[in-house]
Amino acid sequence: MISREVDVVVIGGGPAGLAAAVSAKENGAKSVLVLDRNSWLGGILPQCIHDGFGVEELGVSLTGPEYAEKYIDMADKNGVEIMSDTMVLQFDKNREIIAVNKKGIHRIRAKTIVLAMGCREKTRWNAMIPGDRPSGIFTAGVAQAFINLYNVMPGKNVVILGSGDVGLIMARRLKFEGANVLGVVEILPFASGLPRNVVQCLDDYDTPLFLNHTVTYIRGRERLESVTIAQVDNNMAPIPASEKEIKCDTLLLSLGLIPENELSKDAAVEIDSATGGPVADQDFETSIPGVFSCGNCLQVYDTVDMLSSYAKVAGKNAAEFKSGRKQKKKSVRILAGKRIRYVVPQVVNESGSVSFTFRGEKPCGASTLYVKSDGQVFFKKKLRFVNPANMIQVKIDISPRLLKSSKTLEVSISEK
Amino acid sequence: MRSEREITCIVCPIGCKILVKSDGKKVDVLRGHKCKQGVDYAVNEALDPRRMLTTSILVKDGEWPLVSVKSSKSVPKDKIFDVLEEIKRMDVKAPVRSGQIVIKNVIGIGIDIVATKKVNKS
Repeated sequence: MISREVDVVVIGGGPAGLAAAVSAKENGAKSVLVLDRNSWLGGILPQCIHDGFGVEELGVSLTGPEYAEKYIDMADKNGVEIMSDTMVLQFDKNREIIAVNKKGIHRIRAKTIVLAMGCREKTRWNAMIPGDRPSGIFTAGVAQAFINLYNVMPGKNVVILGSGDVGLIMARRLKFEGANVLGVVEILPFASGLPRNVVQCLDDYDTPLFLNHTVTYIRGRERLESVTIAQVDNNMAPIPASEKEIKCDTLLLSLGLIPENELSKDAAVEIDSATGGPVADQDFETSIPGVFSCGNCLQVYDTVDMLSSYAKVAGKNAAEFKSGRKQKKKSVRILAGKRIRYVVPQVVNESGSVSFTFRGEKPCGASTLYVKSDGQVFFKKKLRFVNPANMIQVKIDISPRLLKSSKTLEVSISEK
Repeated sequence: MRSEREITCIVCPIGCKILVKSDGKKVDVLRGHKCKQGVDYAVNEALDPRRMLTTSILVKDGEWPLVSVKSSKSVPKDKIFDVLEEIKRMDVKAPVRSGQIVIKNVIGIGIDIVATKKVNKS
C-alpha cells in the first residue's frame, strides 16, 4: 500500500475534473491530484471531434480535442499532478481514497475531494426494448469512439433511437463515413438535442426525424436484421396499427445520460433522484463535508462551457475549504415545482447571491419563473421560452432574513 | 420574387429562429435574432450556406490510427462531400501536432484541412 496526503484530490480527468483542478490550484491549494482511469486526459472530449465547444466561454468555436488541450495545458502549467490509468475503488467520509494502478494500491488522504466522474449513456435495458439480442446495437457514444478514435465502422444501415445531442452528431458523422442513416426515432413530440444540432446534423442531410415514435421490436439472429418502429399515443404507448419494420444492421441508442455516482453512493453521499447526482449546496459541497461535486456527475450540462464555469467554482471552494470551520447552520431545501424537472443546488445554507441552474419539464413559449418561500413569491423573472434541452440559469439573492425564515424554496414556471 | 424563410441559428446553443426575407441577392433580417453573430449567420445562410467541416484522417505510425481534423474556414454546403472524399484518400505521418495543416487548399477551394489533436509516434 502506497500512502500519501494531498490537499485536493479530483476524481476524474475529463473537462470538469481539469477545470476544477486548475481552479483549485489557482485559488491556493498547495497540492492538487487528478485521478483518471483512462490513459489520456479530457474524458469524452477527444472523441467529440465536431466543433461548437467554447463558444460561450471563449467566444470561439473549438473542436472537442482542441478544447481539452486548453485545459490539459493549463493543468500542466499550474502544476496539477496527474495519475492516469488509475482506478478509484472507494472513498469515505474521512476523505480517504483507495485507488489502484500498475504500481499498486494507493491510500490517499485528502483535505478535500472533488467528484468529477462524469456520466454514462443509457442502454437498451433502460428503455426495455423487447426482441432478440443480436450484435449491432451500440450506444451512440460507443459508436463515436469506434469511428473517431479506433477507425472502426459500427455498421452500414443505421437507425438511431433517441434524439439526444450525441445521437444527432452521430447521424451526421455516419453519413460522412458513407453509412445510410435511415432515421432518428424520438418518443417525445420534440427533439431532445439542441436546435443547432437538429439543423446541421439532420436537416442538412435530409435525415428523417420520426417524432412521437419509438422502437418496439429488435429482430436478428447473429447480427441485427431489422427494427420495428411505431407511433406512440399521448401516453407514450405504441399504436400497434402504426408499426413498420425497417431493415438495418445497426441500431444506435441516444437515450440520455446518467450521472455516474457508484463511488458517491458507496460513500453514502445523498443523491437527488431527479438529477441522478449528489445533493449539493451553493458551494457544490455534497452531504459529506469537504466532498464537492461538479460536471456531469452532478447534473448533465448542455455544454462543456457551462460545465467548466461551474466546475471552477467547485474547485475554488474545495481549495478554500477549512475543515473544522463553523458548521453551516441553517439549511433550506430547494424544491422543483410546477413544470420544473430539477434544480441545482438542492440546498442553500449561506446567504448571498446563488447561481441556480434548472431544467423545464416541457417546451413552452414566453413564461414566468417564480420562486416561492413557503408559498410566498419573492422572485419573478420573465423567460422568453422554455426548452428542456436548454438549461436555465438564474442568479437569485438569498438574504439572511429569507434564509432564516424559510423552510423550503420552490421554483416553478407558468406559461402566459 | 422575395420570399420569407425561418432560419434556425447554429452559432450557439440557444438556436434562435430568425425570420429573413430574400430574393437570392439581398437579405433582410426581419426578427428573432438575439445577437450580431445571428444576423451574420442568417444572411450567409440565405445567400451562401456554409458549414465548418470536421472529420478525421488516417495516421501512419501513430499512437492512434486517426487524427481529428477541421476545415480552416467554413465549406460551401454543396462541396462538403467532395472535400470528405479527398480527405479519405489521404493520410498523414506521425507525429502530428494540433494546428498542423494536413492538406493545403483542399480540392482547390482555398481552404486548408487542419489537425485538431496531437498524435505522437507509436
